Amino acid sequence: MTVYETPLPGIGSRKEIELRDGRRIGIVSHRDGHTELIVSSLEDPDACVASVPLSHEEAASLGALLSAPRLVAQLEDEHAEVPGISTRQMVLASDSPFVGEPLGVTRMRTRTAASIVAVIRAGTTHPSPGPEFLLEEGDVLIIVGTNEGLRRAAEILSL
Amino acid sequence: MNTTTLALIELGAILLLLGGLGRFAARIGMSPVPLYLLGGLAIGYGGILFGRDLNPMTHDSELVPFQDISEFTHLASEIGVVLLLLMLGLEYSARELVTGMRASWRAGLVDLVLNFLPGAVAGWLLGWGAAGAVVLGGITYISSSGIIAKVLGDLGRLGNRETPVVLSILVFEDLAMAVYLPVLTALLGGLTVAAGAQALGVALLVVAIVLVVGLRFGPQISRFVASPEQETFLLKVLGLALLVAGLAGALQVSAGVGAFLLGIAISGATAHSARDLLEPLRDLFAALFFVLFGMNTDPRTLPPVLGWALLLALVTALTKIATGYWAARRAGIGTAGRWRAGAALTIRGEFSIVIAGLAVTSGAMATDVSALATAYVMSLAVIGPVLTRYADGIGRAAARRQSRPAGAQTASGRAPDGRAADGRATDGELSLD
Repeated sequence: MTVYETPLPGIGSRKEIELRDGRRIGIVSHRDGHTELIVSSLEDPDACVASVPLSHEEAASLGALLSAPRLVAQLEDEHAEVPGISTRQMVLASDSPFVGEPLGVTRMRTRTAASIVAVIRAGTTHPSPGPEFLLEEGDVLIIVGTNEGLRRAAEILSL
Repeated sequence: MNTTTLALIELGAILLLLGGLGRFAARIGMSPVPLYLLGGLAIGYGGILFGRDLNPMTHDSELVPFQDISEFTHLASEIGVVLLLLMLGLEYSARELVTGMRASWRAGLVDLVLNFLPGAVAGWLLGWGAAGAVVLGGITYISSSGIIAKVLGDLGRLGNRETPVVLSILVFEDLAMAVYLPVLTALLGGLTVAAGAQALGVALLVVAIVLVVGLRFGPQISRFVASPEQETFLLKVLGLALLVAGLAGALQVSAGVGAFLLGIAISGATAHSARDLLEPLRDLFAALFFVLFGMNTDPRTLPPVLGWALLLALVTALTKIATGYWAARRAGIGTAGRWRAGAALTIRGEFSIVIAGLAVTSGAMATDVSALATAYVMSLAVIGPVLTRYADGIGRAAARRQSRPAGAQTASGRAPDGRAADGRATDGELSLD
């Protein structure tokens, strides 16, 4: 995917990609560090239909949401030959009892036989997190297990 | 009451008034600059407070508005100009300027010719001589990069394709200021045309040297100014800016240009923290500059030049639209985008007032110039942003009208799926890599 970068003198720069339907989607990064999400209009390709200012946390969470399905798809591919095993992404909601707790507290493997193979946070993937890994609100957990195990895992996380 | 207490009361009252005006401007979503000017007009010479004294023989000597702080406000407004230009310089790095110039020099020259000439011709017709023509040309030429960036951000147009076109024209204008101001200073100083040409040569040389030095030694200069503690950093930046500005003024290069060039040379993280630190100071001193400019403008001199100001505003709004339209079309932007680019450029503001302020303080110009500049800037700083907001609708209407006779052709000569056939070329041309 080609990323087009255009300098905006005095403001920062614009980085965007072109979608299949011809629209541009990308960001304006201001020099003071904040980011704006932009989506161009179908009707007038020069103009934007959306221009949404994002804080650091918001941008990072959006990035995690967008990148998680790709990781799930990769993992699915890798154990495609093992029948009965699937991969799911689950977002740790703010009302989950495990926000701020170490991963070990969930006792996920013991209770469901499913494994948390990765945590995506702020745009970075933390692979194979240990039991001491501290969970935070908005973390995207990548979990591998049987369908039954995954269903129970979802229940435990949202309890 | 002694003079000091009186001065504190007067200054406090003025700042409070400016604060109120600024709040009102923010609430209705406009730039505070025209309101500061209006406030100055109201409380200055011939305004509501000092307007009763209609005897021109006495009002100069006896009733000086806010006499107790006149020395302070005079110096403060000079500092305001230095800070306005320093902050402008800090907005850009030398590399951005060079890249911007490369992308926009053609549009920049068209802009210069189309928008300098109407002012210059008006100055000549008004009988203000060569200096007057150059002053008025500068006033009508320079768009307000500050207000334009703010308006485009507020309207969510920073992601638009025509925005880099507009911004690179502004880069050209701001660099042109660095050459223009020294020439203006020379002309206002009563120097001959030959001396003016010499000033032009010196200015071009200085700008070129600063750009090269900024590109090569930007980090070193930044490191020299940088300081881990905020207080010492503030003192160093401000001290260096005033020192450079003063020296530049002494060398006839114009104080503001010295500060602007210093701002360009400072780059990266240092420029970022300097902007953060200096912004409140700039706001304070620039506000005092605008209000003092308004105060020194007698509202009674407004009516005779009002017609000229409005005519100039109309003509130069049209010439700016033409400039933006042309530049955007060259960059492969559709009809609506061309109108948006043109409308954004019509906004004039702080730097037109800076130019008029230089002309007035030099004493070489008739006082009419401040009245004309005030009326001109007040109209375009208000109409420009409104025009920019509605340019989208105007542009779409224009695009529809264009498409009707063309029949099967789409509005802006694009492929029917809405893709810009030439979009890539546009962005590629401006792209850094």
